[in-house]
Amino acid sequence: MLAFLSKRVALALLVALTVSMITFSMNYLSGDPAIAMAGENATQADLDAIREFYGYDRPIPVQYVDWLKNALHGDLGQSHYLNQPVTDEILARLPATMTLGICALFFALALSIPLGVLAAIRPNSWLDRCALTIAVVGQAMPSFWFALTMMLWFGINWGLLPVSGTSTWAHFVMPSIALGYYITPGIMRLTRAGMLDVLRSDYIRTARAKGVSKFSLLFKHALRNAIIPVVSLAAVQFGFMLGGSIVIETIFAINGLGFLAWESIQRADLPMMQAIVLVLSFFYIALTFFADVLNAWLDPRIRMG
Amino acid sequence: MTISNDDNLPTMEHENVLSPFRLMLTQVRTHRGLFFGGITILIIIVIALLAPWIAPHDPYEQVLSQKLIPPVWFDSPSVTWDHILGTDHLGRDYLSRLIYGARISLMIGFSAMLISGVIGTVLGVCAGYFGGRVDMVISFIITTRLSMPVVLVALAVVTIIGSSLSVVIWVIGLLIWDRFAVVMRSATQQVRALDFVTSAQSLGSSTPRILFAEILPNISNHIIVIATLEMAHAILLEAALSFLGLGVQPPTPSWGLMISDAKGLMFFDSWLIAVPGIALFILVLAINLVGDGLRDVTAPEDRN
Repeated sequence: MLAFLSKRVALALLVALTVSMITFSMNYLSGDPAIAMAGENATQADLDAIREFYGYDRPIPVQYVDWLKNALHGDLGQSHYLNQPVTDEILARLPATMTLGICALFFALALSIPLGVLAAIRPNSWLDRCALTIAVVGQAMPSFWFALTMMLWFGINWGLLPVSGTSTWAHFVMPSIALGYYITPGIMRLTRAGMLDVLRSDYIRTARAKGVSKFSLLFKHALRNAIIPVVSLAAVQFGFMLGGSIVIETIFAINGLGFLAWESIQRADLPMMQAIVLVLSFFYIALTFFADVLNAWLDPRIRMG
Repeated sequence: MTISNDDNLPTMEHENVLSPFRLMLTQVRTHRGLFFGGITILIIIVIALLAPWIAPHDPYEQVLSQKLIPPVWFDSPSVTWDHILGTDHLGRDYLSRLIYGARISLMIGFSAMLISGVIGTVLGVCAGYFGGRVDMVISFIITTRLSMPVVLVALAVVTIIGSSLSVVIWVIGLLIWDRFAVVMRSATQQVRALDFVTSAQSLGSSTPRILFAEILPNISNHIIVIATLEMAHAILLEAALSFLGLGVQPPTPSWGLMISDAKGLMFFDSWLIAVPGIALFILVLAINLVGDGLRDVTAPEDRN
């Protein structure tokens, strides 16, 4: 386990380092960052002043190392638009995105796991076909359009749910559905496949033969084993959801990281965008790391192999 | 008398054994998703190709005196058969914009899929065939790519370098090769272990020859399946980018952009978002059905 763990930590750190380099290189994507900031009509003196103020006059590797050093100390730079530390703003916006992500994940799991289990009990029944249809339809629906359509019916026409903001739990219902619905097909398919596999195994036949109740057989004996791959998929999907929440947050005016990203894009606030990309990537790296460790802990074959 | 059925044998064989191509055709015809999905895509492609001839109006022509006419099935005095799906907030014919929008979606989806397909296939095949260090490095590249949020990176890059049709295609294409690489890697690993590859190696075939003549034909079914699914993915991504105002730029008719334009009016004229949304849904659904169907027909083992 220790060997597995140290290898996995090294990989996560290496990925994080590479991601930080890519994120840093966004500074130079448009050519000279000073020109991009000053505008086309700037004088040479303006450009020099900007280069000196932001440190663009130093060699690029030096800039990167300094930037990384600061980032490790929690200083992700200064927002060009808000003129305050990027870290403060990100920390202020993080809770809304996390709440949304967790609600969406719960919605997705609550929908996909029972559907996957039910579909696996009777493969090719009408229920299985229904679940499959939900999966196929879910993958084809543009999330922003689904969000707008829900908003129109539940928010405006029937007036059941609030359409924007974050003040009560009811504000999170539609955004969570819109965000979570997109990841249900994958989890459902994996649950179904896992259950189909497990239900064929000998220990389930034994359990059935000794008269274990149907509910306990499915949810206590079978699901426990079938759910192992679902755990890591759910962790990965949670990371994807946080990265993709920009669309949903913009539509429902949820004051989270995604909305901040959209605002920063409108304002061409590069340090803020870089910081958000970095934070979300690091979060994803951490999530996949914990999912892998959890998997290795649950399944000895992985940590030995 | 005893061996008279000998004559029947050849005819029986003839009835039961179909050539691989005929077999595939039968499977395509009998697989409902593949059949309906394929027909839908064909219809959309024909509409997109014939856009200049079948669109009733110029998609860019603004007639401000005729703005926001609802579609013909609405009960409104301004409804006219001249604008079957009505007009948008600038008085442009909605049906014509929808028809031209199909071109944008298909073009971006197809081009981005080609770019990501080339990158992903090259990486995946190399990782799967060479193994060892090469596999380690490529797997690392895939992991790194997966840890960066696609929509956010695409938006950031498009903001920095400025948006245009080709920028959108390249950005999407350079970002979504991960599934290609992952699937090609494992498919190549499986094929590589088979006897005909070993025999080609022992016959002294060159590595490029083995890759192109032995490996590639045997993983092409996976390539086609992933290509269809990634095309749908690219179309949805373009729509999302355009919806956020950073994809295809106005006045180009893109379905995502049409939904974005109608966002502010959706509470009064909800058909403005319903029409392009349903169009997107049908196209992506059809492509996904074909992808899933092709997988069922050619490689049922990767269904999950």
